[in-house]
Amino acid sequence: MSVSSPLVIAGRTFRSRLLLGTGGFTRMATLADAIAASETELVTVAMRRVEPGTDGSLLDVIAERGVDVLPNTAGCFTARDAVLTAQLAREALGTDWVKLEVIGDERTLLPDAPELLVAAEQLVDDGFVVLPYTNDDPILARRLEDVGCAAVMPLGSPIGSGRGIANPVNLVLIVEQAGVPVILDAGVGTASDAALAIELGCDGVLCASAISRAIDPVAMAHAIRHAVLAGELARGAGRIPRRTHALASSPLEGMPEFAG
Amino acid sequence: MIYVNGNPVQSDSKPTIRDVLLRLDIDPDRAGIAVAVDSEIARRGVWPTQTLDDGAQVEIVTATQGG
Repeated sequence: MSVSSPLVIAGRTFRSRLLLGTGGFTRMATLADAIAASETELVTVAMRRVEPGTDGSLLDVIAERGVDVLPNTAGCFTARDAVLTAQLAREALGTDWVKLEVIGDERTLLPDAPELLVAAEQLVDDGFVVLPYTNDDPILARRLEDVGCAAVMPLGSPIGSGRGIANPVNLVLIVEQAGVPVILDAGVGTASDAALAIELGCDGVLCASAISRAIDPVAMAHAIRHAVLAGELARGAGRIPRRTHALASSPLEGMPEFAG
Repeated sequence: MIYVNGNPVQSDSKPTIRDVLLRLDIDPDRAGIAVAVDSEIARRGVWPTQTLDDGAQVEIVTATQGG
């Protein structure tokens, strides 16, 4: 069995290549079980206004499971808002890691590249470990790495779309050039999408809706954990080349000849 | 009048950030919350002393579920 090197982000080693988004779970107990089933070590949260009178049950669940929290800047449309949100998250949660999201519109939730790059540079300068959610654009991914991002997180397809990896060619281009971990973020619909991401060379996969909105989220967390492992093993094993024509696996010699 | 998470809050004198949190039944010692005043981060250490001017825009945030 081939074992590749572990996922290392900003000097921290992870046993699991799967990051879990906490959005979309309808019950805290299901989230807790999905965290356990996924064997993730890092889960994302969003930052929103406090509802007076509510308690900190989400953070309690995360702490009870012994995993770390990765705040995001979801919902931010400008670099300014994303930077402020990251700074609030650092104050609230005591982490300088941030999943940076700067989106262009609500219909597609696609990243706004110029704003994303500005925010990434400011946050790196402010001491953050920046993991940017980015388009599947190799040039933008390189620019994000150049400004000091600790990883790049290209989308497979739009957030919550479940359409898998729309442009595997671009994803491979990003992987080939990257000097930081590449984590597929967004678009995973089911386990095979996660396996493909790792087979294509991604260092990790972030799943939210694929797990939280599955009919059985905990079962899907199990499935995607195994898919990530399968992808890693398959990548190490080495896939056969694609061919235009068939290549028989049974010998052509020694065929019996039948009378009549 | 000050504005907390978009809602107007009557204030006769200049309250501190801690005063506002307590008035809204938010425990200032609770972990996992952060405050911005007029788009500037107000670190936890200044909550007992930093006062809020009339018209101040206060944002009090915490972690919630999100991808």
